[in-house]
Amino acid sequence: MSASNAAHSVVEPSTGTRRFAGLLVILYAIITMVPLIWIVLTSFKSPDDAISYPPKVLFKPSLEGYCNVFTTRSRQTQEFIQTLGPPQGLCDNIARSRNMVVAGPSNYVPRFINSLIIAFGSTVLAVALGTLSAYGFSRFRVPLKDDLLFFILSTRMMPPIAVAIPIYLMYRTVGLSDTRLGMILLYTSVNVSLAVWLLKGFIDEIPREYEEAAMIDGYTRFQAFVKVVLPQATTGIAATAIFCLIFAWNEYAFAVLLTSGNAQTAPPFIPIIIGEGGQDWPAVAAGTTIFLVPIVVFTVLLRKHLLRGITFGAVRK
Amino acid sequence: MAEVEIGAVSKAFGKTQAVVDLSLTIGDGEFVALLGPTGAGKTTTLRLVAGLEAPDSGSVRIDGRDVTSDAPADRDVAFVFQQYSLYPHLTVFENMAFALRAPTRRLPEAEIRARVEQVARLLHIEAKLHSKATQLSGGQMQRVAIGRALVRSPSIYLMDEPLSSLDAKLRGEMRLELKRIQIDLGATILYVTHDQTEAMTMASRIGVMEAGRLMQIGTPREIYENPVNAYVAARLGQPMINLLPAGLFAGAPSTAKTIGARTEHLAITRNGGDVSATVTRVEHLGDQSHLHLDLGGQPVVTLAESETTLDVGDVVSLRLNKPLFFDATGRRVAA
Repeated sequence: MSASNAAHSVVEPSTGTRRFAGLLVILYAIITMVPLIWIVLTSFKSPDDAISYPPKVLFKPSLEGYCNVFTTRSRQTQEFIQTLGPPQGLCDNIARSRNMVVAGPSNYVPRFINSLIIAFGSTVLAVALGTLSAYGFSRFRVPLKDDLLFFILSTRMMPPIAVAIPIYLMYRTVGLSDTRLGMILLYTSVNVSLAVWLLKGFIDEIPREYEEAAMIDGYTRFQAFVKVVLPQATTGIAATAIFCLIFAWNEYAFAVLLTSGNAQTAPPFIPIIIGEGGQDWPAVAAGTTIFLVPIVVFTVLLRKHLLRGITFGAVRK
Repeated sequence: MAEVEIGAVSKAFGKTQAVVDLSLTIGDGEFVALLGPTGAGKTTTLRLVAGLEAPDSGSVRIDGRDVTSDAPADRDVAFVFQQYSLYPHLTVFENMAFALRAPTRRLPEAEIRARVEQVARLLHIEAKLHSKATQLSGGQMQRVAIGRALVRSPSIYLMDEPLSSLDAKLRGEMRLELKRIQIDLGATILYVTHDQTEAMTMASRIGVMEAGRLMQIGTPREIYENPVNAYVAARLGQPMINLLPAGLFAGAPSTAKTIGARTEHLAITRNGGDVSATVTRVEHLGDQSHLHLDLGGQPVVTLAESETTLDVGDVVSLRLNKPLFFDATGRRVAA
């Protein structure tokens, strides 16, 4: 396309503008992707490669990091190791080369399962409660509606950790410390305000004639909500669910404070790996890489909704 | 189909009185149009009958049964909304079948299919049954919206300006079609519009509303020829009735303050009339012309033949032929 040709349109960006915008996007993508790529690379390095200087971009891949994050090992004398039979699998082989034997599985898997249960549980709960109350705020004459909505929003105005000590004491008293239920309730209460506000915006955009039509056609209000409002709010619900999940999945401070053995999630567990016999960066990187997978999968599954959700309301229909 | 009786219903939203002491009976098989400007309370009246709003006082009876406190689903009414309100996540078929699939009805699937297809044929949308509702043109969406009501056989169809978002040509076609369907089905319809042509052509009776009140109810002919006040007179007729000071013409009753002169009440001649007026503008509309006159400082609009030779600046003579008279409050005064 020639320059003179492009200059005619006032709404279409010119080729130069488009190239510049593309360059910016690529630059931004590189800046945000480099740490992620570095973590994934480190997870496949040997401990020596991981701390070598200058840093190695090309290296001999090793699964030692993954072995170390999933197992506990004990240091033994060469003589003792020779008295054992042949190594049991790949990880045992790597361990023996470092004068160690695999003692058993690490706590990573149960911590990871805790993370899954707590993050998805609180997301489901926050989105469900958020959808219902957003619908109520959107459709009914709620007394003191604006004040209530502001109050709900105000719970997000301070960093959640500011109330850490009262919550710690409260949880200890009522027996919610170090329980999955306690963590689900905590993350739900933090996320529900976000969910109410996001979803109210989406539900406000759905004309109420849809429910009125359904109610005249023989449905109750709740049936109309399920049949007519929910299908049209899927975009908003998906976007809200992703935001809630990312918060609950990444949350570190409360997890450190309130969980120890039983309900500990992956984020406070991963740094613990560092302490076990020197700084085992490949194991930390492997734990982090695996930790990223569910969020990536969930986001990719819902990405169509997410994109529409973020741009929602930008163009009036 | 059944008789619907609105008894002395009032409804206020905050300080705004939307409907004031409105009583109206819609007979079985009757087509009643509520005519009035935006904010006159027409839609609120419809929503009160549907049960989407609860009246502050008064009652609604359908087929002799008091439904004032019933939920919309229990009233057996069908509603056509102004903005179609087709469910965007469903196909045309699913939209039309939606009411029939309601948990309170639970018709067998074969019967639902038969009814939807029958109504689709009636409305000429059978080819579109499996399109998404959002893929239709405005006219098709409007047909589906009407079809969604027609698949049911409710006590009454409530229609809120169902043709207002169509273009003029389509609106004319749908007007005829809707009237035909109403006669075929013997349907009872309460129809809200601000379009006098729709009210005049389709309704068996017209109710004229203003500021929440029902000013007059009667056949289109009665409303047009025998308006109770100047407001009702001004709602109907194209061009609008000319409201002139009674002093401009001789022969008005003593209590009359205003003369209402429709185009058929005004005879235009070159000379020999009662008063003379100057032509200020001629609008050629094709089949007819609108003649704008200046009558002693009062603007007057009337019809002239399309091939009129009158031009701006010409002086014509006007004679009144049985006009309407109104007193100082706008009420009708006998001639």
